[in-house]
Amino acid sequence: MVIRVEHELHQRRRGRNVGVGLLLVGFVAVIFGLTVVKVLNLTDIREFESFDHVARPQLIPDEGASE
Amino acid sequence: MTDASLQSVTTTGEAGMGDYFALLKPRVMSLVIFTAFVGLCVAPVHVHPFIGFVAILCIAVGAGASGALNMWWDSDIDGLMRRTAKRPIPAGKVTPEEALGLGIALSGFSVVLLWLATNALAAALLAFTIFFYIVVYSMWLKRSTPQNIVIGGAAGAFPPMIGWVVATGSVSIEAMLMFALIFMWTPPHFWALALFVKSDYGDAKVPMLTETHGRRVTRNHVLVYTIALIPVALGIAFTSIGGPVYLVISLVLNARFLNGAIALWRRDEDAAVADNYATEKRVFRISLSYLFLHFGALLIEAALRAFGYGGWGLW
Repeated sequence: MVIRVEHELHQRRRGRNVGVGLLLVGFVAVIFGLTVVKVLNLTDIREFESFDHVARPQLIPDEGASE
Repeated sequence: MTDASLQSVTTTGEAGMGDYFALLKPRVMSLVIFTAFVGLCVAPVHVHPFIGFVAILCIAVGAGASGALNMWWDSDIDGLMRRTAKRPIPAGKVTPEEALGLGIALSGFSVVLLWLATNALAAALLAFTIFFYIVVYSMWLKRSTPQNIVIGGAAGAFPPMIGWVVATGSVSIEAMLMFALIFMWTPPHFWALALFVKSDYGDAKVPMLTETHGRRVTRNHVLVYTIALIPVALGIAFTSIGGPVYLVISLVLNARFLNGAIALWRRDEDAAVADNYATEKRVFRISLSYLFLHFGALLIEAALRAFGYGGWGLW
């Protein structure tokens, strides 16, 4: 017998599946929100950016800036 | 998998989301959320609202993880007691292994996310709280000493301290006093309840003070711990998070609680049975409002400070 897409099991566990789905969406929202808040609250871009094995001239302190 | 094999899945006793949520002890979580929120709000450092929300969420989930791990460990005795017989594991809805898995997963999630969102000390305190509740209280003290609730109460006292550390990054006298307030409040609160609830801890071989030392000794303990609680509660008034409003509220609440504890101490068991434990029930209700209103008073002081009126500055 071919398994039906909408089996009784799916119906019975609908609440549980919807709950897990909502929890996952909530988890993504929390991580996304946290990332946005953390990045927007940085006072210095160098806390966020780094060289990442690539030369980034904008991160090099200006020569003679302290003189 | 065939349709026939799917039909063989049992339809009775299957856990729903509500059963997994019940593993997290939602009523305990509500107190944790409130006290952690107050600890966060009264701290002198501003926290971004979203960071604050995530921190409270992590503390609540950590408390829920403790609840799930506690139910896993106590699954052998929960079925023996009326109060706990309907919990998801003894009711046959959730297996102990599922509770263990959920507890460990949520513990790791809450501690790591709190660390990423706030700071290492707050995360370490949350990890220690979970460890203390499961290993020190559930595994060790609960079944070995009638003082279990005294020392184990520390686990419930950490949330406002964690809330404070989320904001400030350090522990201070204010955080320690908020911890001490819940720590000292737990024994008289719990023993007042134990005096009027017909427990079956004896069947589960859990040594509760009412059963190991009798009700007379328990009444003495309620009075002594209530007296010891008073200086802690009043002391907070003279720190940076207290003030005259808190002091007045605290004086009234402590007078009520002490009055109730003395009335409870003066009674014997015959008098209690005669009026169906009316005084014991009254003291228990007073103890509930006692903690809630103390932390509420701290919130009022914090709100007044935001408008320049809080604390002792104007006095």
